Order: sequence, then structure tokens, then C-alpha cells
Amino acid sequence: MAETKSILLVGVGGQGTILASRILSEGLVEAGYDVKMSEIHGMAQRGGSVSTQVRYGDEVFSPIIGRGEADVLVSFEAMEALRWLEYLKPDGKVVVNNYKIPSAPILMGKEEYPEGVIDIIKNKADTSIINAAEIAEELGNMKVMNIVLLGALVEAMNLSDIDWEKTIKNNIKEKFIDINLEAFERGKNAI
Amino acid sequence: MRKLLTGNEAIALGAYEAGIHYAAAYPGTPSTEILENLAKYKEEIIAEWAPNEKVAVESALGASIYGARSLAAMKHVGLNVAADPFFSSGYTGVNGGLVLITADDPGLHSSQNEQDNRYYAKFGKVAMVEPSDSQEAKNMVKIAMEISEKFDTPVLMRLTTRVCHSKSLVEVGEREEVPIRPYKKNLGKYYLAPAVAKQLHVKVEERLKKLEEFSNETDLNYVEWNDKKIGIISSGIAFQYAKEVFKDKASYLKLGFTNPLPMDKIKKFAEEVETLYVVEELEPFIEEQVKAAGIDCIGKDKIPNVWELNPEIVEKSLLGKEREVIEYDKSIVVNRPPTLCAGCPHRAFFYELSKRKDTIITGDIGCYTLGGAEPLNAMDTTICMGASISAGHGMERLIDGYDDNKRVVSVIGDSTFFHSGMTSLLDVVYNKSNTITCVLDNRITAMTGHQDHPGTGYTLQGEPTKMANIAEIAKALGIEHVKTVNPLELKELKAAFDWAYSLDEPSVIISRWPCALKRLSEYDKKEFDYKPGKCEVDQEKCIGCKICVNTGCPAIYFDKEAKKSSINAAQCVGCELCMQVCPVKAISEVGE
Ligand code: SF4
Ligand code: SF4
Repeated sequence: MAETKSILLVGVGGQGTILASRILSEGLVEAGYDVKMSEIHGMAQRGGSVSTQVRYGDEVFSPIIGRGEADVLVSFEAMEALRWLEYLKPDGKVVVNNYKIPSAPILMGKEEYPEGVIDIIKNKADTSIINAAEIAEELGNMKVMNIVLLGALVEAMNLSDIDWEKTIKNNIKEKFIDINLEAFERGKNAI
Repeated sequence: MRKLLTGNEAIALGAYEAGIHYAAAYPGTPSTEILENLAKYKEEIIAEWAPNEKVAVESALGASIYGARSLAAMKHVGLNVAADPFFSSGYTGVNGGLVLITADDPGLHSSQNEQDNRYYAKFGKVAMVEPSDSQEAKNMVKIAMEISEKFDTPVLMRLTTRVCHSKSLVEVGEREEVPIRPYKKNLGKYYLAPAVAKQLHVKVEERLKKLEEFSNETDLNYVEWNDKKIGIISSGIAFQYAKEVFKDKASYLKLGFTNPLPMDKIKKFAEEVETLYVVEELEPFIEEQVKAAGIDCIGKDKIPNVWELNPEIVEKSLLGKEREVIEYDKSIVVNRPPTLCAGCPHRAFFYELSKRKDTIITGDIGCYTLGGAEPLNAMDTTICMGASISAGHGMERLIDGYDDNKRVVSVIGDSTFFHSGMTSLLDVVYNKSNTITCVLDNRITAMTGHQDHPGTGYTLQGEPTKMANIAEIAKALGIEHVKTVNPLELKELKAAFDWAYSLDEPSVIISRWPCALKRLSEYDKKEFDYKPGKCEVDQEKCIGCKICVNTGCPAIYFDKEAKKSSINAAQCVGCELCMQVCPVKAISEVGE
């Protein structure tokens, strides 16, 4: 039957990775999988690098993903994809948001934002580049970037059969549902 | 109905279903959400934030003695604070069930050390349970309550970050209404005078024997037979990692009840398997006891006892397997350390303080610990909750005695001040050091995600309450020189430091402004003249001196090419700190 699949979502504190992972996990539960999800809060949330990990299958044991183990790496920020790339299976997929958030040492002019991050990733793994920021901007709310990426992930993992509309509705405030559903569709089509 | 819950959410649900009546805690990652989730059951459960873990455990013990099912939750280091009542509770035992939760933090995701609190259960001679996922966490609260009442013992429930913060499926049940047990005065049980305690120690030893029998019988400790070439004894999250690696290629003795250990069960299991591994996170708690019983096993000589465990480490340590990973040059990835938020009142405070010469700054545990990091670098020590003031006092005594001209500034948060800063401040007064204590009052317990405390004016369950006044407390403790300032007004702050440095007696400066992320309460709206806004850099005027950049605000970006700084409007909240430090007035407020 279904072997365990591992999805790693990474980004920067405040980008909505946790909400996206929550929707993802709930959808997978609805679809009948055993699901485990792990997130770490604390210090890391204050502008630091964050990751959430989702694993699903018939029976899942470990809630965390080790190096070389993720089937998909979804990165909400370009450089973060490179930070976590060693967690990807050598034949895994990368879905990366073409969007840069400089970290503190870069803001202070002590270091440069690394060049050609996305090219490096493209050379190493099967990569889909998503311009989630542009899409979110077109939709009029930068915050929906996370749902655009969720849409792309669902497409990349062939999980379109699940009733995502329902789980999105369950997790988003009434007045933002429409824009999020649209963001989700745009994300799916972007891949 | 099945729901995807974190271990913490599952514990709250389990406590609700187990019919508990009272719960108390001081927030601390990774345990915080246990009480937050319990607080929702306002009709059935009294849930409270205590000013520290010792108070939480003492209150829960009191409620238990009265006859209520009670719970106290804390992070691992919190149990150090509560160690005193914890050990005593081992002697008094309980009336209504009493469960004490310790959430350890292997990997130090958000802590100052990495202690393995399973040793506390053995040291305190109380029962211990260790869940491996959310469903077990929920079930075990109920079982722990029953064990507690049956064996007259507090039960220590040991969690780790991954159990607390990972989600797995949980079957939701109904609450069982458990009546409060009748309270009877019983000096021979609850009155720990030496003569009484002496007798109670004998009972504690008898209880341990009964608990060991139980440990051998209970289904919490079960065997899963597969291939007998490899046998694995494991508990907690480490069990999941072992299963992930070995699947059905090994047999397992899974331990859910881990103090006292089921030695008979362990012996029988060991006899049946060829090679015996003990897979546990952090210390060799199980392994030491297994070896002491004369059973050969492999554990910490292969599996590290530092940092968090994971399947990869288990696999590599025990099977020697290396994973295939994508090779690339990781060195080009720039670090992304956590930072004080844009508009954080602590940033302004530390910016001003960092200019002081000949100053030792003793820090504490909270968001403001980040004031020690670049670019502010305004901290010399961080030890534990409350230690900033007492460690500062110790230093200042030496400085005074050895005629050094340094000064000590102790920095502590509002919640931390209530936690354990007050007694330290009393020590400063009593033992006469002229330290400068700064209470960084951002009106909330910010670090753990905005929990109320005695200074916010609200209880955990949302009721308005008397608001503790830090200035008055400081005065009542004997500090005669107390000043409250707005840290976002650098001039005011500087004047306060000048004033404090000039005094020969201890002083307290309260730096009072709400956390930049705080949703303002009714009280806050009345007190603080808060107007959100945005600042902008005039590129013409900017001379590229980087002074604003060195405040460390994440909204300010320095363009190396252009040698100019600019402000990200999406992040800036208009605190005007950068405006005040710019020597050429290139920054101004824009819009509303
Ligand atoms: S402090 Fe003023 S002049 Fe200096 S870099 Fe910042 S904006 Fe420019
Ligand atoms: S006003 Fe300046 S210091 Fe304050 S948040 Fe905005 S950019 Fe940062």
C-alpha cells in the first residue's frame, strides 16, 4: 500500500508556513492517511529560519524528516531552499518561491545575499520555480503567498483528488476565503 | 472522531476527558500550549498562569490534597524551580490525582540547557509515564490520574519537544465527571515535620515496590514480537525513531511507564533476543538500570547523548548506514538568526545601553536575551530565570569591594521579574549593592507567544484582575530610586541611565512599552499613546553612516552598492528609533 511520503516546508518566520502545513495535513487526514506533522516554535519564529515537516502514509512512525529523505522540499524563500536541500531525496522534487528575504547579516551589509541560488538548486534537483509573490500581488494580498505555494505543492505531489476547498475553508477566516481559493488555483496552475 | 493534534493539545484534551478540576503552569517552550488549551474549558476546569513553576506545583498539590484531580505543566528547567515542592509531594502523596508534566527540550530549540528530567522521577521516587505520540499523550493523562490515586503518588509525565509540538491523530472522547474526593485533615500524611516525614519515607519505599510490580504488569509497557535477532528497548519519541529504522526487522519492548522500570519484563525480553539495543534520547536512563541489573545491552556507546535524536542518527549509530544526500556547497548560505522584531521596545533600550562604557550587563531569559546578539551586543551573561539580578548583585559586591569603577546593569523582563526577579531584588536591597536593575516591561510574556501574567491585568481564562505594579513592588522591596521610562524616547532613556549611574544606592529603571506584536488591551489603550506609522529614508540626505542599520531593525536594509540605507515599508511599524539616531535627519515619518 501507500508507503510513507515526506514533505518539508521551509521559510522564514512569519511567512505562513505553519498555516499551509496545517491545511496540508488536514487534507491528508481527510483523504484517509495516517499523518504526522512537526513544527518547532520558540526563538526561531522571530525572523529566523523555520521548517515544518509533514509525513503521510498507511502508518507513520517518526514525525521528523532526516537528511536525504524528503520527497518534496517546498521553500517559501529562495535561500532557505538551499539551506535545507540536503534533506531532499536525491531524486526528490523542489518547489521554490522565487522570492528573497534578506536575513539580519545581509540587512546589516555584513554579508551578501548569495547569487544564483535557484540555478544551483536547478542543477542539483528536479525544480519548479514559482513566482508566488507576483501572483499574490496580482491578487492584492501578499499574505496569500503561502496558499499559492500550497497549490503548487498539491499539484507537484499529485494530491489534487483531495477536497482542498473544504480544508481551506475550515482554516481561513470567512472574508479571506475567496482570495485564498483563487491563490490555491493559481498555485496549482503555476507548476 | 479523529483529530490531528499536537502532543500539548492532546494532553489538554486528555486532562479534560479525565475529569480534572485544576491546572496551573508558568509558560515555557515547549510546554506552553498545554494550559492555553486547557483554559478553554472554563465551565469544568480552573486553569491558571502561576508566576513561576514552584507556585504552580504547590497550587496543584494543594488542589490535590483538597481532593481535586490536578495538573501542573512546565518546561524542563521549570522543574528545577519547582524541585522543592516536587520532592515533598513525593512524600505527602495525593488525594485527588496529581500529574506533573515536564517538557524536556532535546536539541535546545529554545532553552539554556538540555537536561533529561527522567532522573527527577527516580530521584523523587515517584511514578513516571512517557508518551510517544499525541494519542498516547492523551490516554496517559487519564491513566496517570488513576495511577496517582491508586498508588498515592504524584505522576511525572515526561514529554519532549517533538512529542509536544508534533501532530498526530487522536481519537476524541467524552469527559468523565469525577467527583472531588472528600478532604480529611491528616497530619500523618500532609504535615511534613521531621518525625512525620521519617515515617513517610518508609511508605515511599513500599510504594516503589508496588509501583515496580505495576510496571511489570501494565500494558503501558508492552512487547511487540518480530524477528528476534534484534531486540530494542525504547521509550518516548525515540521509540518512533527506532520503529522508523527497524520496522518489523526487530522486536520491541516499548516502555510507557518508566519509573520504576519493569525489570522482570526487561529480563524476559532480553533472554529472548540475540542483540539488545536500548534506544533513548539524551541520557542512558534506561540503559544504566538495565546494565546494573546485569543485562548486557548496547546504547550510549553508539548513540550520542547530546542533542536531539532522529531516525538518521539511530540508523547510522546502530546499523552504520550513511544516507545518500545531495552534495553542494552549503557555505554560501547566509545565517538567519532570530532577531528582535521591528519596533521592539527592547531594541531601543539595548541600543542606548550598549553605548555605556565600563558596564557589565547581566541578562535573563526572554525575547530580550537577543539583545546580547549582534549588532547590539549588549549582554555579558544569561543564566536562568531571575539570575540577572542576583548574578549582577554578586558581581557588584565584588566591584564595590575591590574598588573597580565598573557598574553592573541587570536586565529582566516583566514576566520574569514576577517569576523570580522579586526575591533577587530583595537580596540587592538587603545586601546593599548599588546595581541598576532594568525591568523591560513590554506588558506581556512575549517570548512564549503572549501569555498574560500578574502585570497584564488579565487571568489565563480572560478575567480582568488586579494589575501588579512593578514600580510599587520595587519600592516595597526597599528600592528607593525607581523611574519608569518610555524606551522609544532615547533622550528619556539616556537621562534615566545618567541618573542611575550617579547614585550610590541601587535603582530600578522600568522600561515600559508594549511588545511590537502585542494586541493592545483596554488597559494598554488607555496608558500608551500608540500611533502606528511608517518611516522613510530620504536617499538624498543619507550619508551611509550605517548608524540606523546598527540598531538591528529588520526593516532597515543597507544597500552596499549605493551606500545608502532604506526602510521596508511592509515591516516598519514607525517606532521612530532610527529617526532619533540618524545624525543627518535623513529619516522621517510618512503617511499616517
Ligand atoms: S543614520 Fe541616517 S545618514 Fe546614516 S545611514 Fe542611516 S539614514 Fe543614512
Ligand atoms: S521606525 Fe525605524 S526602527 Fe522603527 S520599525 Fe521602522 S525602520 Fe525599524
